[in-house]
Amino acid sequence: MNPTDTSGVLGFFMAEGLAGYADAASGIVFLVMLAAIVIGGIIACNSERLVRAVAGLALCFIGVAGIYYFLNSPFVSMMQILIYVGAVCITIAFAIMLASPEENKKQGPAGPLSGPLGLITAGLVTFGMIGLAVNTSFTVLPKENMGSIQRIGSELLTSYSMVFELVSIVLLIAIIGSLVIARHGRSK
Amino acid sequence: MSILNLHNSLNTYLILAAVLFGMGIYGLVTRRTLVGMLIASELVLAASSINFMAFNRFTAPDPTVGQIFTLFIMAIAAAEAAIGLSITIAVYRNYKSVDTEDLVDLNG
Repeated sequence: MNPTDTSGVLGFFMAEGLAGYADAASGIVFLVMLAAIVIGGIIACNSERLVRAVAGLALCFIGVAGIYYFLNSPFVSMMQILIYVGAVCITIAFAIMLASPEENKKQGPAGPLSGPLGLITAGLVTFGMIGLAVNTSFTVLPKENMGSIQRIGSELLTSYSMVFELVSIVLLIAIIGSLVIARHGRSK
Repeated sequence: MSILNLHNSLNTYLILAAVLFGMGIYGLVTRRTLVGMLIASELVLAASSINFMAFNRFTAPDPTVGQIFTLFIMAIAAAEAAIGLSITIAVYRNYKSVDTEDLVDLNG
């Protein structure tokens, strides 16, 4: 259970993260995260009520944030919780409340064939991708650096500054566009 | 390999991403409402992000690039969710429904 370097908050934010422990405890935490992702995903794509689906989506995203922590990126893990759980799920919950898709809902799947056909399609895609992933051998290149938060910040503002600005423009356009679209046709 | 050591192999993450992607495809096919389809598409985006981060951790020489790419995916996904939900609300205002079977005005 001993961390490789400084304990406490500083050790928590080191690029090594939990993966550096190489310990049974981190393995158990990883299994819990896997279970959260799978259970949350099943709830998100299967539940009859959409509010439950959003709750399942939030659970799934928390699990994905834990997975990012195991992949040596505590910063992206925090961003995942902030953006997806804190912003996207809340926005979807607002849309469910505003558009109330539940009130005159038809029951059951979209058509007589859509349940089994959807299951077959999803199964084929999943097993195809698993087969591809397991049977391909990937070249592992030696690491040049550890990918720390400091390095992310400096790369974001030097090598990727153009993309950074473009993404901010896209976000601005998306905010204004969604306001305009949602405002159109409002009676009062 | 022990089950407690799963987090040190690339295949675990790739299989997890494939399973999440399959769930998203299943939701996209079977959901009746626009909001449900949007939730399923978020699952697909999360699966692609996990793939990027896994390759970033295990094979890439510079582990900064994948993290930055995942941050950009998050920004684009937030924009996509905002636009999609505002379209949903506009559709609900015009049709009083977000069921995909009721939105058939453009059917030939």
